[in-house]
Amino acid sequence: MKLFRIFSLLLITLTAGSLSAGELTIATVNNGHMIEMQKLTGKFEETHPGITVNWVTLEEGVLRQRVTTDITTKGGQFDVMTIGMYEAPIWGSRGWLEELTFDDSYDVDDILPAMRGGLSHDGKLYAAPFYGESSMIMYRKDLVDAAGMTIPDNPTWGHIQDVAAAITNKDEGIYGICLRGKPGWGDNAAFITTMANSFGARWFDENWMPQLDSAAWRHAIDFYLTLMNNYGPPGSSANSFNEILALFNEGKCGMWIDATIAASFISDPRQSKVADHVAFAQAPVAVTHRGANWLWAWALAVPAGTKQAEDAKKFIQWATSKEYIELVAQTNGWASVPTGTRQSTYDNPNFQSAAIFAEAELTAILSANPSNSTQDPTPYTGVQFAAIPEFQAIGIAVGQQFSAALAGDITAEEALANSQEAADREMSKAGYY
Amino acid sequence: MRLTAKQNNTLRAMLSWLAGIIMFFPIFWLVLTSFKTELQAISVPPLLFFEPTLENFILVQERSDYFTYAINSVATSFGATLLALLVGIPASYAMAFWPSRFTKDILLWMLSTKMLPAVGVLMPIYLLVQKAGLLDTRTALIIIFAMINLPIIIWMLFSYFKEVPREILESARMDGASTLDIITLLLIPLTRGGILSTALLSIVLCWNEAFWSINLTASDAGTLTALVASYSSPEGLFWAKLSAVSTLACAPIVVFGWFCQKQLVQGLTFGAVK
Amino acid sequence: MNRRTIAFLQAPSIVLLLLWMIVPLSMTIYFSTIRFNLLYPERTGFIGLSNYEFFITDPGFISAVINTLVLVLSILVITVVVGLALAVLVNFQFHGRGIVRVLLISPFFIMPTVNALLWKNMFMNPVYGLFSVVSTFLGLEPIDWLANFPLGSIVIMLSWQWIPFAFLIFMTSLQSQDPEPLEAAALDGANAWQKFRYMTVPHLGRAIAVVIMIQTIFHLSIFAEIFVTTGGGPGFNSTNMAFLIFSQALLQFDAGVASAGGVFAIILANIVAIFLIRVVGKTLVV
Repeated sequence: MKLFRIFSLLLITLTAGSLSAGELTIATVNNGHMIEMQKLTGKFEETHPGITVNWVTLEEGVLRQRVTTDITTKGGQFDVMTIGMYEAPIWGSRGWLEELTFDDSYDVDDILPAMRGGLSHDGKLYAAPFYGESSMIMYRKDLVDAAGMTIPDNPTWGHIQDVAAAITNKDEGIYGICLRGKPGWGDNAAFITTMANSFGARWFDENWMPQLDSAAWRHAIDFYLTLMNNYGPPGSSANSFNEILALFNEGKCGMWIDATIAASFISDPRQSKVADHVAFAQAPVAVTHRGANWLWAWALAVPAGTKQAEDAKKFIQWATSKEYIELVAQTNGWASVPTGTRQSTYDNPNFQSAAIFAEAELTAILSANPSNSTQDPTPYTGVQFAAIPEFQAIGIAVGQQFSAALAGDITAEEALANSQEAADREMSKAGYY
Repeated sequence: MRLTAKQNNTLRAMLSWLAGIIMFFPIFWLVLTSFKTELQAISVPPLLFFEPTLENFILVQERSDYFTYAINSVATSFGATLLALLVGIPASYAMAFWPSRFTKDILLWMLSTKMLPAVGVLMPIYLLVQKAGLLDTRTALIIIFAMINLPIIIWMLFSYFKEVPREILESARMDGASTLDIITLLLIPLTRGGILSTALLSIVLCWNEAFWSINLTASDAGTLTALVASYSSPEGLFWAKLSAVSTLACAPIVVFGWFCQKQLVQGLTFGAVK
Repeated sequence: MNRRTIAFLQAPSIVLLLLWMIVPLSMTIYFSTIRFNLLYPERTGFIGLSNYEFFITDPGFISAVINTLVLVLSILVITVVVGLALAVLVNFQFHGRGIVRVLLISPFFIMPTVNALLWKNMFMNPVYGLFSVVSTFLGLEPIDWLANFPLGSIVIMLSWQWIPFAFLIFMTSLQSQDPEPLEAAALDGANAWQKFRYMTVPHLGRAIAVVIMIQTIFHLSIFAEIFVTTGGGPGFNSTNMAFLIFSQALLQFDAGVASAGGVFAIILANIVAIFLIRVVGKTLVV
């Protein structure tokens, strides 16, 4: 049985893993600002001897699935989790997150009120914002000028349609407007919700009845489809942030309404061919300005029950502090700091001069209010989502319908009827009515 | 026009090369992209000639320790394959040469253990692994990978073993060889190519397994698929960086496959034995 | 060999697989009958078949079943036919044979998510993808692959990945074909097709059966490629069983409905398996 012994020896050597205590394990998204935080870990470990940090970096969708599994089963694999504005209030209300309190030097009042509100439940802060974003319109000033048009700071959807018509030049591969179309609650559903909000629509009425069959939704979807079918690029039903970013940076898009973070990518000459020609304005409105631009934050939270809660909070305090923002500024310049979290960032003259999008971004974030984002009253919080556990499933089902309508497989009417049915199924199963 | 045998073979060789190049082209493109900047990677029309940059590879190594992930990948895929071969070879041997009337059903049942889609059993498996205290360990991955691949290994080995003329084994038994001797000294050398291609497939499947290796690991036992997941679809342009990390993640297994390919097709020449 | 030895040799595999099957399966069946949403830990209790009812009444259910079958069948046909053709094609001595083999096997080494992102962005994108550039160059209208042929696009990605698998198995199996009868047949005037049809294909019978069965199992639960490229859309056009379970249940962390979905997936897989066994079962002579 010599062979057997060799095999077993091999197996034992191969399986021997490393086990070590006293370390922080942090789960985070693979976006640029988090990668920067990961690079600067050394600075944290220098000032906090005795704490070492391990990173688990994953793409957004996978990370969300990963941390939700861990926190709901009390897996205890992570000491700090990166979560979004969608999770924070839900998890906080379930008692799954530690409340975050900071000492005076942290200056918690400096955090933008919209961010703080969106990450709290019952007035308790459960996650500290690491960077935040809203949505706005980004456009090619050269194309708009050439067409003899202008885009005001607060455009209407009607005007945007006119501009799109004027600058579209399909022969040269220039599409007037690029918008999200890939199904997903954080993909097309997020964008279309802001559009629908502005057309006066809402996801649910005060009794949690889905409202997707309302006239306001119908107007919004009709408008979206007309716009995209006439002036959008082909393949839109599979486009989300990154696909459109690639199109925009290649000079294929005239206008794009998406996350404010995109501004720093499209204005960076190392990755954008049109960096010199971009300009910004607020997201367009139709009948109301409420909820016309979204609000999102990636935030750091401590799962309840971790053995390293104290060290974890120290890390969060470090990573979301003013000092951290200054540290990034020293390392990479003010244009690269994580934005959307603190008033002090926007007050900083160095930041104002380095980031051409600063003013538009701040205006957008300040104008978003997750607890009052629709024309008619609703029982939920959130601008581009409803902060209830059912929303992810509803969002993807509805998103699939919208993308089918965009691909021309079904009509807007069918898409909304199907969406209404899908939302109704989920809500009644969950016992809302 | 009739082709001579030589012309015929030249044509066939050209066709083979063409097929190989077409199948490989996407990978070539992936590797090519890994030497582009992000802006070049999305350029329209796509660039075939450009000044190559190593920027992406440097960035990947700066950001994450490739070798930790690579070692985990090697340990889990080779460990699981060894484990599965260890239990699979005797079983396939018995089923191939001494089938009973249940053998066919057993084979089909074994394959049916793979029918439960991973997304449907995430919770049960996660809870089990958690209760066993094996979250974020290679042990958990090795056991799961071995179980996932065992049916496939048995199926493939079964089909290769079936091709061995039974008389060879019978005569060895007549000469008094033990079962272990027959397996290790006769069967394994005879079917080396088949066992190797089975092992290679199992290693590749483990290497590329993404669901469990991401959901059950954190910072210690993450494999290369977890590394790739940390580069795929961030906010921002990522194709060049993803190409670089994918090239790095796939390179060891491609080189290994290259190394094995000669062995794969040797040793399965019973025609001459018969 | 005595029966005890035979049983002993098979026992470890059978016991391990039995455990691997029974434990999760019984948990799945149990979960499928209770209220078990991770986001509502306070809601518990037996609810009978409600989870099943919820899953089966999903508007995407029928599409998911059909798409699952279409995916499996079309990928099977393509990979077996192309894999077989390639294996026969390169089965002779020529310059660079080893390299060509490696080229043909390589796609199998690429990770599924990378495969999907590669095809979606570098090839199939109607604006900057390579296909669109080539068709524009040829004066054709670029095809919007993922919107107009979502299922077809996924079939292309999967086939590219799995042709090498079929090829590898057929190639290995062809090595064991005795060349003498082939030469004798050639002397008797058999043409290449006749030799292939009446000698090579029967020889490969078991290999074909193995390829079909193994691939079927894999393709019944395709997930990563759909998740990354089309998100199951447009509409339900590319939603299969695995994706439906994901979107209906895992996004919501309803382990109860997820489990019910899992049970449906097993039932569907068994129906396919029974059908396949009828087709390929004969070649699986034990």
